[in-house]
Amino acid sequence: MTALPATSEAGGARVPMGASLKPLLRLVVPAVFLVGAYAFMGPEQFVNALTRGAIYALIALGYTMVYGIIELINFAHGDMFMMGAFVSLTFLGQILGLTGSITDIARLAPLLVAAFFVSMIVMGAIGVTIERLAYKPLRGAPRLAPLITAIGVSFILQNIVMLKYGPFQTNSPKIFPSFDIVIGSAKIPALSVFIIVVALSMMVALQLFISRTRLGRAMRSTAADRDAAQLMGVNINRTIAITFLIGAALAGAAGVVNGLQYGVSRFDDGFQAGLKAFTAAVLGGIGNTVGAALGGFIIGFIEVGATVMGFSRWGPAIVFGVLVIVLVFRPSGLLGQQLGERA
Amino acid sequence: MSASTAVPSGRFAARRQRLAEVSSRHRSWSIVVGIAIIGAILPVLANIPPFTLATPTNAWMDGFTNAGVWVLLAIGLNLVVGVAGLLDLGYAAFFAIGAYTYAYVASPFGNSILGIEFVTKVSPDLSGLVFWPMLLVGALVAGMFGILLGAPTLRLRGDYLAIVTLGFGEIVPIVFLNSDAVTNGTNGVGGLARPALPIIGSFSALNPWPYYISMLVLVAVVMMLAYRLVESRLGRAWEAIREDELAAAASGINTVTAKLLAFALGASTAGIAGVFNASKLVTVSPDQFTFIVSFTVLAMVVLGGMGNFWGVAVGAFVIYTINNVLLKVLNQFFDAVSFPILKDIDFIQLQFLLYGLALVAMMLLRPEGLFPNSRRQRELHTQVLEPGADELTTAEATTEEGQR
Repeated sequence: MTALPATSEAGGARVPMGASLKPLLRLVVPAVFLVGAYAFMGPEQFVNALTRGAIYALIALGYTMVYGIIELINFAHGDMFMMGAFVSLTFLGQILGLTGSITDIARLAPLLVAAFFVSMIVMGAIGVTIERLAYKPLRGAPRLAPLITAIGVSFILQNIVMLKYGPFQTNSPKIFPSFDIVIGSAKIPALSVFIIVVALSMMVALQLFISRTRLGRAMRSTAADRDAAQLMGVNINRTIAITFLIGAALAGAAGVVNGLQYGVSRFDDGFQAGLKAFTAAVLGGIGNTVGAALGGFIIGFIEVGATVMGFSRWGPAIVFGVLVIVLVFRPSGLLGQQLGERA
Repeated sequence: MSASTAVPSGRFAARRQRLAEVSSRHRSWSIVVGIAIIGAILPVLANIPPFTLATPTNAWMDGFTNAGVWVLLAIGLNLVVGVAGLLDLGYAAFFAIGAYTYAYVASPFGNSILGIEFVTKVSPDLSGLVFWPMLLVGALVAGMFGILLGAPTLRLRGDYLAIVTLGFGEIVPIVFLNSDAVTNGTNGVGGLARPALPIIGSFSALNPWPYYISMLVLVAVVMMLAYRLVESRLGRAWEAIREDELAAAASGINTVTAKLLAFALGASTAGIAGVFNASKLVTVSPDQFTFIVSFTVLAMVVLGGMGNFWGVAVGAFVIYTINNVLLKVLNQFFDAVSFPILKDIDFIQLQFLLYGLALVAMMLLRPEGLFPNSRRQRELHTQVLEPGADELTTAEATTEEGQR
C-alpha cells in the first residue's frame, strides 16, 4: 500500500521499496517494541526499565557529545557519574544532615533543585578542569595518548573517592518519599515518574540548546569540521570546554538520580555504568545525542528484561554482547553517523 | 636500521651506542646473556644484609618469580600497545583464560568437568610434566580468544578496541564467577598440579629455585620471540600501522590481519603467564583477574617505555617491587619513626591513585616512557599539525609563542 505511490511517483525509475517504508518502520518498530516489553515485563518492571534507561541515557549523552566533538572515548565519564552521586550524598547527607524521606513538598522541591544544582555545577567544573589539565595538551598527540590519559584519570577519580569514603557502600539519603501512583492494578513509584520526567526534560533542553542556540551551532560545526569551524570564527577551546561542562553536568544529574533511586553509592559504581552507557551511545550511533538517549533506554530495557527472565547476574555480560553485536553488524548505530573507519 | 640517526656525544653515550649496536646484531644471544646476568645478580642481592633484613631470601626469590609473571604480561601487552599501537584494556582476561586452561587439565575438579581422570590417577611427579606442553596450549587458547574478540573489532577504528577489551576484561571474570557448575564460582579451582621435571620431580612451594629458573628461561624465550617478531616483516608492518594506518594500508599491508596477529600474539603471551601463575599459586579464582590487573600491566608498559621490550620488562619489575616491597617498607618505616603526617598514610591504599597520576603525568610530560624506544620517541614528539596551522613549522610556532 505504501510502496505503490512511491513507484508511480518515481515514474518507472527503480526506487528501493525500503525508502518509502522507512518512515513507517521508524514508528512501528519502537511501538511494537514498547508494547511487547510492556506485555512481557508488566507495568512495574516497565517503569523500572524506563528509570534505569533514563540514568544510562543521561550518562551516554556525555560520552556521545565528547566523542562527537574530539573523538575521544572519555573513560573517566562513568566516574563522573559516580562522583556526581557522591557530591549529592555529601551535600544532602553530610552538609544538610538529611537521612530519611521528606513528605512536605514545600521543603522537598527546593532541596531537590539544590541537589541537582550543586551536583551539576560541581561536576561541570570538575569536567572542565579535567579537560584543561589532562586532555587539552594532548589534542594533537597520537590517538593512544589521550586514551591512556583518560583511563588514568578514571583511576584517579575512583581512588580519590575510595580514599575519602572508603571501599564500601556509602548511604545516600533517599529524600524523595516512597509512595506509589496507582493506575488500575499497577503501582508505579512516584520517584520513577519524577526521574523519567527530569531526565526527559534535560534531554529536550539539551536538544534545543544544540539545535537552536549559537553555542549549540558552534558545537555542531566543531564536531563536523574543527578546522573549518575555527576559520569561521568559532572559539574551539571554549566550545570543547562547554561540551565537557554539559556532559559532566548531565553525569552529575544522573548521579543525583541514582542516589535518590538506589540509596547507596560506591567508588567503583561508575565503571560498569560507564560501560553500559558507552554501549548505549554506540547503539544509538555515537556522536548522535538523540541516539544516545534512545540507546540508554534500550539498554535499560535489555537489562531489566534480563532480570525478569532470571539472568540478573548476567546483565553486564548481555550488555557487552549487545556492544559486540552492534559493532559487528551496524557500527554506525541505530541512528548514527558512519564512523567505521577513520575519516 | 634507524637506531643510529641521533649521534650521541660523550664517552658514556658512545659506549651505550656500541652496546646497542652489538645487541641488535646478536639479538638472541644478547637477550640470553642479559637475562642470565640479571638472573645471577638477583639471588646475590637476596642474600646480602639490607635485603635479608626485611624479608628472608626464599621470600625474595619467590617474589622475583612473581615479578617475572608481570614481566611476561608486560612484554605481551607491549606487543599490542607499544608495537602495534592498539589499546587493550582487558588484558587480564587472557591471563585468566590461560590460568583456567591449566586449571582444567591439572586439577581434580577440572578433570571431573572435562570427564577425564588424569591428576587423580597419575603421580604428581608425572602429572606435573603436563605443565610444559600446557604452556603452549594455554597460549593457543588465549590466542584463539584474542582472534575471536579482535576479528569483529579490529576492522573498526582503534578506540572501539579499547572499549571492547575493557568490556571483555570485565565480562570474563563475571563468566567465571557465575558459571558455578563448571568453574566452581567464587572459590575457583584449587589443587592444581605443580610443574615437574624428569630428574628433580615436582616443584614445591618451599624451594623457590625451580620456579625461578623456569621463569628466567620463559622470559628469555618470550623476549627473543618478541624481538624476532618485531624485527621481522610483520613487525615492520605493525610499526607502520601504529604510525599511520592509512599509509600502511596504501603500501599494501593487510592491516586487519596484521593487527589481528598482534592482538592474538599479545593474548597468547598473557596465556603463558596465566598458566605459569596458576601452576605457582596452585589455585585460580575470578578475583585474581580484575580490571586492576589490566590497569597495572598497562601502567608498567607506559612507564617502562612503549615499544621497548627491555624497558617494559624493567618497568614491570620496578612497579612490582614498588607494589610489594617498597610500599610496605614505607609504611613500616614511617610507623617506626612515627613521622607526623606520613605515618597515618597507608601507602598500599595509595598505589592505584599513584598509578593513575603516573599514567597521566607520563602521557603529558614524557609519553615515550622512562626507557624509550628511539623510533617511538620521535613519533610521539612529532606533533600532528592541524591543517589550519600547516604553514607553521614547530620551531616557528614555539618562537611565536615565546614572543607573546
